[in-house]
Amino acid sequence: MIAAIQTPHVDWFTLSPVLAPLGAAALALFVAVLTPRRWRRPFSAFLAVAGFASGGVFAAFVFDRSPQPALEIGNAIVRDRYAALGQVLVCAVGVVAVLVSYAERMRDDHIAEYYALLATAVAGMEFLLQAHNLMTLFLGLEWFSICLYVLCAVDRELVGSLEAGLKYLIIGGLGSAALLFGSTLVYGATGELEFTRIAANARPTDGLFLAGLAMMLVGFGYKASAAPFHQWTPDVYEGAPSPVTAFMSAATKAVALLLTLRVLRVAFPQEAHLWTVALAVIATASLVIGNLGALVQRGVKRMLAYSSVSHAGFMLIPIAANNALGARALLYYLVPYCAMSLGAFAVVAARERELRSPVTLDNLAGFGWERPLLGAAMWVFMLGFAGFPLTGGFLGKFYVFSSAYDRGWTWLVIVGALATLVSLYYYLGVVRALYMRSPLELRLAPTGGSPPPERMLHAATFTCVAVTIGSFFAVQPLIDVARRAAAAIPF
Amino acid sequence: MSDWLTTILIFLPVAGALLCFVLPVGEYAIASFALLVALAEVGVWIETLVRFDFSGGLQFDQRTSWFSDLNVSYHVGLLPFSVWLIGLTTVVLAAAIAYAFWTGRDRPRAYYGLMLVLTGAIVGVFAAQDLLLFYVFFEAMLIPLYVLVGVWGGAGRLGATFKLIVYTMAGSLLMLVAIIVLGLSQNTFDLIDGGTSNSSWLFLAFAFAFAIKAPLFPFHGWLPDAYREASPEVSAVLSGVVSKAAAYGFLRIAIAKFPGPTDDFRVVILVLAAVGLVYGSLLAFRAPDLRGVIAYSSLAQMGLITLGLFAANDLGLDGAVLQMVNHGLISATLFLLAGGIERRTATGEFLLLGGMARGRPALATVLMTTGIIALAVPGSGAFAGEFLILAGVFQEHWLYAVVGAAGIVFAAMYMLRLISGVLHQERGSAVSDAALDLRPAELGFLLPLVGCLLALSVWPAAISEHAFPGTRATVNVNSNFKRACEQIEAQRPSTKCFVLEAEGTITLP
Repeated sequence: MIAAIQTPHVDWFTLSPVLAPLGAAALALFVAVLTPRRWRRPFSAFLAVAGFASGGVFAAFVFDRSPQPALEIGNAIVRDRYAALGQVLVCAVGVVAVLVSYAERMRDDHIAEYYALLATAVAGMEFLLQAHNLMTLFLGLEWFSICLYVLCAVDRELVGSLEAGLKYLIIGGLGSAALLFGSTLVYGATGELEFTRIAANARPTDGLFLAGLAMMLVGFGYKASAAPFHQWTPDVYEGAPSPVTAFMSAATKAVALLLTLRVLRVAFPQEAHLWTVALAVIATASLVIGNLGALVQRGVKRMLAYSSVSHAGFMLIPIAANNALGARALLYYLVPYCAMSLGAFAVVAARERELRSPVTLDNLAGFGWERPLLGAAMWVFMLGFAGFPLTGGFLGKFYVFSSAYDRGWTWLVIVGALATLVSLYYYLGVVRALYMRSPLELRLAPTGGSPPPERMLHAATFTCVAVTIGSFFAVQPLIDVARRAAAAIPF
Repeated sequence: MSDWLTTILIFLPVAGALLCFVLPVGEYAIASFALLVALAEVGVWIETLVRFDFSGGLQFDQRTSWFSDLNVSYHVGLLPFSVWLIGLTTVVLAAAIAYAFWTGRDRPRAYYGLMLVLTGAIVGVFAAQDLLLFYVFFEAMLIPLYVLVGVWGGAGRLGATFKLIVYTMAGSLLMLVAIIVLGLSQNTFDLIDGGTSNSSWLFLAFAFAFAIKAPLFPFHGWLPDAYREASPEVSAVLSGVVSKAAAYGFLRIAIAKFPGPTDDFRVVILVLAAVGLVYGSLLAFRAPDLRGVIAYSSLAQMGLITLGLFAANDLGLDGAVLQMVNHGLISATLFLLAGGIERRTATGEFLLLGGMARGRPALATVLMTTGIIALAVPGSGAFAGEFLILAGVFQEHWLYAVVGAAGIVFAAMYMLRLISGVLHQERGSAVSDAALDLRPAELGFLLPLVGCLLALSVWPAAISEHAFPGTRATVNVNSNFKRACEQIEAQRPSTKCFVLEAEGTITLP
């Protein structure tokens, strides 16, 4: 007699934020087959936006209806506000990424695949945010990573795109392998897959267990592009199509950091004395390497890549602080960070389309006067990255530093302040290029008529500006939401 | 309405700036609109002044929670001394905008918008009653300044802006760390609610930030470049008003919140201030150009003001506030005059200037009047301010007063050199007969500044007796000392003896 496999009860409501973009991806692929070529782009883009929007709405409902965290589907998935808030954020990033992508020069033949991959990647991230055991953790991570490998290489006509995809595949594979190996060791030491049970069966003195924890940290470091696991970042960010870079820099980092906090707090609370120090060291290394690397870049995308490494350092500080204030700080900081990152790459994409060549500080000269709105937007993003007031970037840094001080690590606050000081050089370097070059140096865009207006990209950029500045003024509502979300993480 | 006055003072220019950015009108209209907003701001300030009760403490305050988990609030309000500094800000900024209107600026939409944003930010610094809000305004000042110097400045503007940003941000970020530590350890960022602290490190972090911004010797590396490369009206704002924001920071935070460390480090800061006073004066005397003289004299005067502040007694504090306003008006007038002279001769070098008084009576009169007030001739407002400062710092140690008095002599040296270098002597090679006298429009923004200076000369007590509630520093013959005085006068008939003292004591908020 064959024993029937016990299938767990599936709570479709919990999964709805995952299924919406996934369904959109499937539909987009159908559209590619069934519709005439010229309709593919608008249809598939619309489907992706619809998928993200409905996913975000579902996640908001889950947020509303889950005051208490609950484990679902054989304890493999968690339904809580922390995951739901992350999902809303990723969906929002997805919508903006579609707007940025829309006018990108990509061949119409395969455009639907592009949006399908984007939607699938978002679905994977949504799934990962809900992961509550080592299997779903790895599954979610690979799910969106594979989509991103392809997305990086999607533009075969762009020099460097294929190379970027390959680099990301190999190095990302290394990160995944580290994570998988670490998970195996943890499983071997505890005999448990689920996070809370790992904590219950922790073996703080077992070398195998600690080695597993260390390797998992390495895996997260790769995904969040924290130094010294950042080597892929500049090449991949530079080589990948700008809209893909925009999406990756915001969503991947957000998901990786949110997950790091959850795994460490839920599965390894007893080892906090070890991983807080490790994360503080990684954060310091990221701040140092990211800032020094960015100082010497001429290419704007490479500079932004190094800046994203240093921001990984900033956002690891609240995780290392290991307190409730830190969880709020991370959740708050991610909002303006995602907006600034998406927006900065969107402006770079706009300039790229104008010039048909990579954007450097030299050919950005005079851009601020030439395209006043995009220039002012870029100015806002740079000031936000540098942590100037009137942008959410300032309060994000303020919260991050506060959490580190709360933990008693004033030295980390000072490291962060010094890193901010160094970062002024390259962020204000962009502002200098935008506005302050003498007219003789200005290399205006090649003539032949102004480029077609890109309403989608402009809408995306100004949404990002609104979020960057709005998050400065509307701190209280954001912090309230962050507080309710962070309550799901045990402190 | 009264409750909203402070908020209106801060956000009226900001709203004007936003309109400047978007209004679909011509360049001339934008400039006149900006000037109108600046004048309206002066009007609002006058209304505030009329309604303000100088015997009270914090007034017109408004408080709304900004984010509650760390107890940060939007808390603004006016203290008696901040009213005067805000007045200085509105008047100088209006004059600066009028100057720019008169000379004309490229890209007026961006230019005037940023000038108005700058006005709002500076007023915000003087009105903020919350540490984080103070920092926000303090930093927000830097954003328009960076662009104003970097875009509309002279040939070396990129280097100048780079220095300006790096110097000031080094101090500011240290201050941010100190603010976080102070605010979290007190569990409030409010300046009124928060108590005092005894931490030397925090005091030093704040003092460092303000010393760079002021600037004080030896943190003045950015000053000569920025003051020379910025356009004249931006230099006027930098030296006239922005430096006062730093002095205000010393007064409002470093001295008021850290009484213990202020005592411990008083000697160090007083010595640095005295050295800065002498050093700045000597450099001003040797500077080869107009702007160099004004820039270094600014360094010297900030040293003098710091002497008064860190005397930390009634006379010194009253004098320091009076002198802040005096020097703000003086250096703004001088920079705008220097701009006018540079426009006529295309140079600021003394070698090429001279003899401009002939046929240009208005220029000669305005420059002479301002210069004479700047060198603190007895009877001028600057004399009253410097005298109070010297009397205050004398109680600390007579040596400081001697150095300060020497500073006044130096001031006479460099100001007279400036006056004669421009107006008198042989006619300079850069001065042509075609160079006009001051035009009516120029008098339109210079005369109000000079008028304010003359008014303060007539009645310096307007500020010195109304800067802190419950105190009036006066020259007063006290009966106990009167006899001692009479004895001295009897022994040495050539001496005149009087006793200087203050009634009441200043308690800092």
